[in-house]
Amino acid sequence: MTNHWIDIRNADVILVMGSNAAENHPISFKWVTKAMEGGAVLLSVDPRFTRTSAKAHLYAPIRSGTDIAFLGGMIKYIIDNKKYFEEYVRLYTNASFLVNPDFKMPGELDGLFSGYDAKGRKYDKSTWAFQKDTNGLIKKDPTFQDPNCVLQLLKKHYSRYTPEVVSTITGTPKDKLLKIYEIYASTGKPGKAATIMYAMGWTQHTVGTQNIRTMAIIQLLLGNMGVAGGGVNALRGESNVQGSTDHCLLFHILPGYLRTPQASIATLKEYHDKFTPTTKDPMSANWWSNYPKYSVSLLKAFFGANATKANDFGYGWLPKLDDGQNASWLVLFDEMYKGSFSGFFSWGQNPACSGANANKVRLAMAKLDWMVTVNIFPSETGEFWRGPGMKPKSIKTEVFLLPAAASFEKEGSITNSGRWAQWRYKGGNPPGEAWPDGEIMSELYYRVKALYEKQGGAYPDPVLKLTWDYGPKGSDGKIKHVDPHMVAKEINGYFLRDVKIKDKLYKKGTLVPSFAFLQDDGTTSSGNWLYCQSYTEKGNMMARRSKKDPSGVGLYLEFAWAWPVNRRIIYNRASVDENGKPWDTEHPVIQWDSAAKKWLGDVPDGGWPPLSAGKASRYAFIMKPEGHAHIFGPGLADGPFPEHYEPYECPIEKNLMNAQKFNPTIKIFSPETATPLDVVFSCDPRFPIVATTYRMVEHWQTGVMTRWQPWLVEAQPQLWVEMSNELAGLRGIKNGDKVLVQSARGQVEAVAIVTERFKPFEVAGQTIHQVGLPWCYGWITPPDGGDSANLLTPSIGDANTMIPESKAFMVNVVRKGV
Amino acid sequence: MGTYAALVDLSRCTACRACQVACKQWNELPGEKTVNTGTYQNPPDLSVTTYTLIRFKEGSQNGEMWWNFFKDQCRHCLEPPCKEAADMKAKGAIIKEASGAVLFTEKTRLLDGKEIREACPYDIPRQDPNTKLMAKCTFCADRIAHGMIPACIKACPTGTLAFGPRDNILETANKRLAEVKKRFPEAKLMGDQEEVSWIYLLHRPEAEFQMTARAKVARPVVVARRSLLRPFGVLVAGAAVLGSARADSDSPRE
Repeated sequence: MTNHWIDIRNADVILVMGSNAAENHPISFKWVTKAMEGGAVLLSVDPRFTRTSAKAHLYAPIRSGTDIAFLGGMIKYIIDNKKYFEEYVRLYTNASFLVNPDFKMPGELDGLFSGYDAKGRKYDKSTWAFQKDTNGLIKKDPTFQDPNCVLQLLKKHYSRYTPEVVSTITGTPKDKLLKIYEIYASTGKPGKAATIMYAMGWTQHTVGTQNIRTMAIIQLLLGNMGVAGGGVNALRGESNVQGSTDHCLLFHILPGYLRTPQASIATLKEYHDKFTPTTKDPMSANWWSNYPKYSVSLLKAFFGANATKANDFGYGWLPKLDDGQNASWLVLFDEMYKGSFSGFFSWGQNPACSGANANKVRLAMAKLDWMVTVNIFPSETGEFWRGPGMKPKSIKTEVFLLPAAASFEKEGSITNSGRWAQWRYKGGNPPGEAWPDGEIMSELYYRVKALYEKQGGAYPDPVLKLTWDYGPKGSDGKIKHVDPHMVAKEINGYFLRDVKIKDKLYKKGTLVPSFAFLQDDGTTSSGNWLYCQSYTEKGNMMARRSKKDPSGVGLYLEFAWAWPVNRRIIYNRASVDENGKPWDTEHPVIQWDSAAKKWLGDVPDGGWPPLSAGKASRYAFIMKPEGHAHIFGPGLADGPFPEHYEPYECPIEKNLMNAQKFNPTIKIFSPETATPLDVVFSCDPRFPIVATTYRMVEHWQTGVMTRWQPWLVEAQPQLWVEMSNELAGLRGIKNGDKVLVQSARGQVEAVAIVTERFKPFEVAGQTIHQVGLPWCYGWITPPDGGDSANLLTPSIGDANTMIPESKAFMVNVVRKGV
Repeated sequence: MGTYAALVDLSRCTACRACQVACKQWNELPGEKTVNTGTYQNPPDLSVTTYTLIRFKEGSQNGEMWWNFFKDQCRHCLEPPCKEAADMKAKGAIIKEASGAVLFTEKTRLLDGKEIREACPYDIPRQDPNTKLMAKCTFCADRIAHGMIPACIKACPTGTLAFGPRDNILETANKRLAEVKKRFPEAKLMGDQEEVSWIYLLHRPEAEFQMTARAKVARPVVVARRSLLRPFGVLVAGAAVLGSARADSDSPRE
C-alpha cells in the first residue's frame, strides 16, 4: 500500500477490483464502512457478485483477465472528458516529457511496441527513451501539445479503448462501464480522492504488472497519489507478506529492494555502477543515488568485521544469479521436475496446494532426494508422497518435518500491508518440540558451519564469515537463544566506529537513527536500510502504541512504525500545490509552514521546501531518477503503456484489441523442454469455460492452518464451484450437486453452488461462461473436503514478475457420475 | 446491573462470520459435521451446539443483485414466552437476569423441548435429544457479569454489532436508522424493539432476509402468546417491565 488501512476512511470513492476485501481482508471493511458512512461511494468490479459487491453502491461484472481493457477505457474517458487534474499532472508526472519520435505503439504495430524481438520474445527498449537536451535534461512540453509528449501518446494509445470495444472484450455492460468511469473520474480535482483496493485478482495474470500500472496511470491522472484517501493499495494476502518481501523473500532482490548480484558483475564497484541511477537534473533528489550506502551497510550487517574495503566488504561472498537466470517459483519447480536439484526447504508454505499446476509441483517433489518442511500442522506438501495418485514405495524423497512455533508463540515483528512494522509479544510457549523459525535457522546455521569447518567444501567463506550476534553465547560458542530484539537491532543498523555527521558525534556501537545516516565506507551497518529507524537509541519504535492523532486524518504517527522513516502515506509531497498548501485542506497529509520553514503532518518525502522555492526544492517522486511519476513507464518488459492481451489460456480466437493474442513477452516453457503438464488449451471445445480461483473469509490461503480448525471446517466444509443458472442448465447441474471441474492439467471434485451471482458474459457476440472456485482445500483434511483448485491452473507467469496466471484459465464442468 | 441490549445493524454486515466462530470459541461448543449443500450457510440451522448463525439470502430486483446476511440468535425477550411456558412446568428452568439475559438452566431437562420451541416467537430453543438439556444463546451472561461484552459483538469488525445499556442502544438504533435511510429508504427496525434485547436494523425489505417464518411475524405471536399466558406469568413479567434490579429470584448470580 502507498497509503494504509485506516486511510481508506478518507476516500470519496473506493474501487474494489482484483480483490474481494469483505471476504479476504475482512477487517478492512471497518474502514470501508466508515468511509461509506461519511458519504463515500463503493464500487465493486468482479467476475461474480461477492460479499464485497453486496455492500457496494454499484457492481459491474467483468470477464477474468480483461482488466486492462476495462481500465484503459477509463483512461480514455478521463482524457476525452478532461477529468484529469491538470496542475497535478503537470507538476508531478512525466506527462509533459517528450518521447523519442521513433517510438511506436500497438495501434501502429499490430499490438506491439517498437523494438520487438520475436525470437527472444523481448523488447529492445532504445526507442522507449525520453528526448534530452544538450545538458542531458529531459525535454518537456508543459502545454501538452507536442505530439510526442507523454500525455498525447497516452491519449492516442487509449483512443482505441472505446466503451463499445471495451464492453465487447470485458463482457461488462456499457452502461455499467460508463457509470463506473464517471464516478471514479469525479475525483480528478483538488479535495477529492479515490482509492483502489486490489490483490491477487490483478497480479496473478500474464499481464499482472501492467494491470497495476494501468491503475497507477489513472491515479496519477486524477491526482490521487500521495493524498489522503488515495493511493494504489495492494491488500497483502498474509499478515507479514509485506515484511517478508521487504526482507527479500524473492529471488531478484536483497533486503530493502537492493538487486541480487549477477555472476558477470565481479566487483562491488561494477555492481554499484550498474544499479545506482544518475541524473543531470539538480532538482531531482534521485534517492537511489544512495544505493552504495545501503549495500555496503548490508554487507557490514552480513559479514561484520570480516567485511573490509580491501575485500569489497565481502561482495564476492554473496550468492550470484547467472546472467539472465530466472529463479522464480515456476522456474524452480520446473527445474525440480526435471531433477535439477536434490534438496528443498519448504518453509511456512504448502506448495502442493498453493503452487500453480499443483500436479506438476507434487510430481516435482518426488524427484528430490530430500525435503524439509517447516510448518505448524501436517500439510499436503510434507505428506505429498502418500497423496492421491502417488505410489509411496516408488518415491525416493526423504521428508523431514520440523514443527514450528505459531506466530503467537514467539516474539517479533510483522509488517502489514500499510508498511507498519508492529512488534508482537509471545502469548504462550510452543507445544512439544516446536521451535520458532529463528531458532531452527540458527541451529541449521551452526550445523552447516560445523560441516564446513570440518570438511572444507567448495566455498566455505560465505558461511564462515557471517556474523551471528543474536544473543549471549554459551561455552560452546553458540548463542543460547535467538533474541528477536538483537535481530531487529541488526536490521536497523549500528555505527561501527565513532562517526561525526554534521558536527554531531555518533558513538561506536549505538544504533543508527535513520537511513540518512548510513555510510558507504563501512562505518555503519544495516540489515535493511528501509527499516533503519525502526529500532533506535530511543527504543523499539515498532512497539509504540500511542493512539494520538494530531493530524486528524488517521496517521497515528506514534503507533508502531512505518517504512520508510515512519512515513504513513508515501509520495506525500504530491499532496500539496507548488506552495506546499494541501490540495485537500480537509484531509491534509503534509503542509508547509512558511514561517517555521518546515513541513507539518506526516513525515514528508524529504524535508526540502515546496516547489515554489525553486532550486532549494526537489521534485516529489524522489525514488525516480527524473523525480516525476511514471505515466510513461519505460522500465517494464511488456511496454511503457499497458495494452490488453488475452490470458494465455483464453476463450476467444482473436484478441479484439490487436493482432497479438497474448502478452508477447511472457516466458513460455519451450516445446522441447516443456513437461506434459505444461499444456494449455485455448479456445478448445473440451475446455470452453473460463475459470478463476479465489479465497474465502473462512479459510486461510491453502487452508493448512484452518482446515484443522473444526469451527472453520464446519462453516466451509468442502470445495465448491460457483456457476450461473444458465451454465448449470446447460450441464444438467442442480445446486448442491457433486461436479467435476477439469482443465488440461487436472481435475477436482466440488459441490456446485448454482447462483445468480454469476452471469454469463456476452463477449464478441458469443456467450462465455465463467466459474470460480476457492483454492483453500487439500486432500489431507477434512477427509471429504476436496483438493486444491491449483490442480487446474497453468504454469505460465507474468512477463515481469513470473507470478502464475491463476486467475484466468479454461476448464470444463460436468456432473459427477455422468 | 442495568438492562443491556444489542444492536444488529444489518446494513453493515459482510457475513464474515467472526461472530459465529467467536460464539463457539467462548462457549466451547464443538464444530458440527457439515456438508456443503450449495450455499455458504453452515451449519444449516441453530442447534444445541450452534447458538448463533449467519443466514444467507440472495436474489435480484430489476436486474440488480442483492445478497443479505441475517445474524440469528435468541432475542432475549423482555418478557420471554419460553420462560412463561417453562415456569408452568419447572420453575427455574428458564430464568431472566437483570442484565437482560434469558438463561436456560439444568432444569430445562424437565421441559418439553417442542413446547418451549413453539413458545418462542423466533424458533430459537433447541433440545439435546439425549440429555434433554435445552440450549441457546446466553447473551454471554458470564462475560457481562465480568464487565465484558458478548463474544460475538467483541469479534465483529464492521460495527454491525453493538452492545450497551438498553436506552443507549435504542437511541443508537434510531440514530443509525435515520442515517441508513438516506441510502436505503426502506430501512426499518424490525418492529419488535420494545419486546426484545436484540434489536435489528434491516436496510432492505424483510422478505430479502433469510429468517424463520415465525420470526417474520414475531410481534403478533408474542402478543397472542402473552395474552394467553398472562394469568400465569404476570408477576415475573411485571418485574421485568418495572426494570427492577433483579427480575428473577432464581438468578444464578444470587
